[in-house]
Amino acid sequence: MTLTNADVARLADLARLDLTPEELSVMAGQLDVILDAVASVSEVAGDDVPPSSHALDLTNVFRVDEVHQSLSPEAALKMAPAVEDGRFRVPRILGE
Amino acid sequence: MSYEELMDYDEVMESYDPALGLEVHVELNTHSKMFCSCSTQFGAEPNTQTCPTCLGLPGSLPVVNAKAIESAIRIGLALNCSISTWCRFARKNYFYPDMTKNFQTSQYDEPICFDGQVEVEVDGQPFIIPIERAHMEEDAGKSQHMGGTTGRIQGADYSLMDYNRAGVPLIEIVTKPIMATGPQAPAVARAYVGFLRDMIRALGVSDVRMEQGSLRCDANVSLMPKGSTTLGTRTETKNVNSLRSIEKALRFEICRQGAILSSGGQVVQETRHWHEDGAYTSAGRSKEEAEDYRYFPEPDLVPIAPSREWVEELRATIPEPPAVHIAGLNKTWGFSDLEMRDVVNAEAVDLIHATVEAGASPQAARKWWMTELLRRANAESISLEDLPISGEHVAEVQRLIDSGLISDKIARQVIEAVLAGEGSPTQIVEDRGLTLVSDSVTLQKAVDDVIEANPDIAQKIREGKDQATGALIGQVMKQMSGQADAAKVREMIIASLAS
Ligand SMILES: [Zn+2]
Repeated sequence: MTLTNADVARLADLARLDLTPEELSVMAGQLDVILDAVASVSEVAGDDVPPSSHALDLTNVFRVDEVHQSLSPEAALKMAPAVEDGRFRVPRILGE
Repeated sequence: MSYEELMDYDEVMESYDPALGLEVHVELNTHSKMFCSCSTQFGAEPNTQTCPTCLGLPGSLPVVNAKAIESAIRIGLALNCSISTWCRFARKNYFYPDMTKNFQTSQYDEPICFDGQVEVEVDGQPFIIPIERAHMEEDAGKSQHMGGTTGRIQGADYSLMDYNRAGVPLIEIVTKPIMATGPQAPAVARAYVGFLRDMIRALGVSDVRMEQGSLRCDANVSLMPKGSTTLGTRTETKNVNSLRSIEKALRFEICRQGAILSSGGQVVQETRHWHEDGAYTSAGRSKEEAEDYRYFPEPDLVPIAPSREWVEELRATIPEPPAVHIAGLNKTWGFSDLEMRDVVNAEAVDLIHATVEAGASPQAARKWWMTELLRRANAESISLEDLPISGEHVAEVQRLIDSGLISDKIARQVIEAVLAGEGSPTQIVEDRGLTLVSDSVTLQKAVDDVIEANPDIAQKIREGKDQATGALIGQVMKQMSGQADAAKVREMIIASLAS
C-alpha cells in the first residue's frame, strides 16, 4: 500500500492539521509502514472471518434510563480555555 | 425578503413533477442521555447537565440507554420497518464546537430500523410514504453566536456553547424519494410529518414539540420534467419548524426551482434556510464538495442485537395508526366523510376529542373548532393547537350556552376573552357580568318599550304575520345588549300582543 502526498494532504485537511510539504512526505512514509503492518492481519484472516470492530465478543450492553449526578457547571467549565456567561467560549467558527 | 425569481406554482406543475425526501429528527423523552446518565430536562441552566462522557473527556466510556433502544425499535415498528438483528453505532467525524468529541455517535450503514412504509391521506387520497431507515444518534450542544449584528454565525466574533443537549437521544427518520404526488407534494409532506408527530405522540416516546425542537424536519425537493424518471438536482431546506412551514417552504422551493429550470438554468445542490418571517428560503452551504465524515464503527460500544422475542414484545405495544384511531373516534362522533376530512385537514381531531372528553357534544365541539376558532387561527397564520384555548375551555363555553346562562353571541365574546388570556369562560362571564338577563321584569319592560316604539310592526303580528316577530326580537336583544334568551323574548312578545 502506498499513500501519496496528496492522500496525506487530504487527510491532514480533514483533521485540521497544517503540515508543510516536508512533513507530508515524512507522514506518508510513516503511515505506509503502519498500513502495511495492519494489512498483515488480512493474511491470516480468511474470508470466513468477519472483520470485528470491538475487542469483546459482546452485544447489548445497556444501562437503565436513570439520571445520576452531573458535573457541577463550575467543574465542567474549569476545563474550558475561556468561559463567558456560564458557557464555553469558542473562537470564531466561520473564517472570513 | 427573497430576490429570487419565482414561477407560478400551477405553471411549474404543468411541466415538472416534484420528488420529495424528508429527514425528521425526533428527540426522545428519556430521562437520561443516550450514552451517559445526565438529565435531558429542557430549559435547565447552561452546562448543568454534563459529565465526562457527554463532554468527550479522555478515558470516559459511553454506555447505551436501554430505553432509547426500546423507543427506537417501537418507532421503527410503527413505521412498518424491519428491525435489524445486529447493528452498530458509528462515529461521524466533523469539527464543529457543538460536539466536544469532534464526532457525533450515530449509525451509518447499519440502521436499527429500515425498509418501512406508511400511508397518509390528503383530501381523501391515499399516498404511500416509503421509509428508508430510522437510526439512532445523539443530539449536539447549543451555540449562541456573539458579536456581529444578526446573532448568526456569519459575522460573529466568537460563540458560546451550552452542552446540556449534547448526547440527548435522537432518532433520525429518512424517507426514500417520494414520487408521483404531483401538485399535492407540499401537502403530502405536511401530512407525513403530521402523521409522524401524532404517531410518536401516541407511542409516548417524545414530546414532539416542533417549536421546542424535539421534532425537526429537513425537507428535500427536486423537480424533473414530466415524463422523466431521472431525479433532478435537489435542495435541502433546514430550519422548518412547523407543519405549516413545511408546506410553505416546499411550495417556495418548487416555484424557485421551476423558475431556474424553465429558463434553462441549473439548480445548485445546496442547503437552504427557511425564513419564517418572510416566508422564503435562502442559500446556505453549497454541497458541491461531498462532505467526508469518515464514518467508522464506534470502538467504545458493542453491537446492538435486539432479540426477536423483545421485538415481538414491543410490537404488541404499538398503538393503532392515526387513521384507524380517527376512524374509531368518528364511529361515536358520526360526522360525514366530508366533515371528517375537513376536521383532519384542519388538524382538529385531538382538539375535538379533548372537547368531547370534557363533556361537549361532538357537533358542538366541531362547530366551535371548525368555524370561529379555525377562522381565528387562519387569520393569525397559526395552527389550531397553537391558539391559547383548550378543549376544556370550549366545552365549558358550550355548557354555559346549554344551561341558558349565555347566548351564542355572548359565547363568541367569551371565546375572544379566553383567547386574550382573560381566564376561564366561567370566570370571564362572571367578571364581565355577561349572564343572560332572565329576570322577567327587566325583560318585560324592554319588550313593552319596543312594542310601543313600533306600533306598525306590532299590528302586523297581531294580524298573524309571525315573520314580523323577528324585527322586534332583534330590537329587544339590542336593548339588552345581547344578554337575553331570544326564544324567551319571542314568547314574551307573542304573549304581550295576544292579550
Ligand atoms: Zn453526560
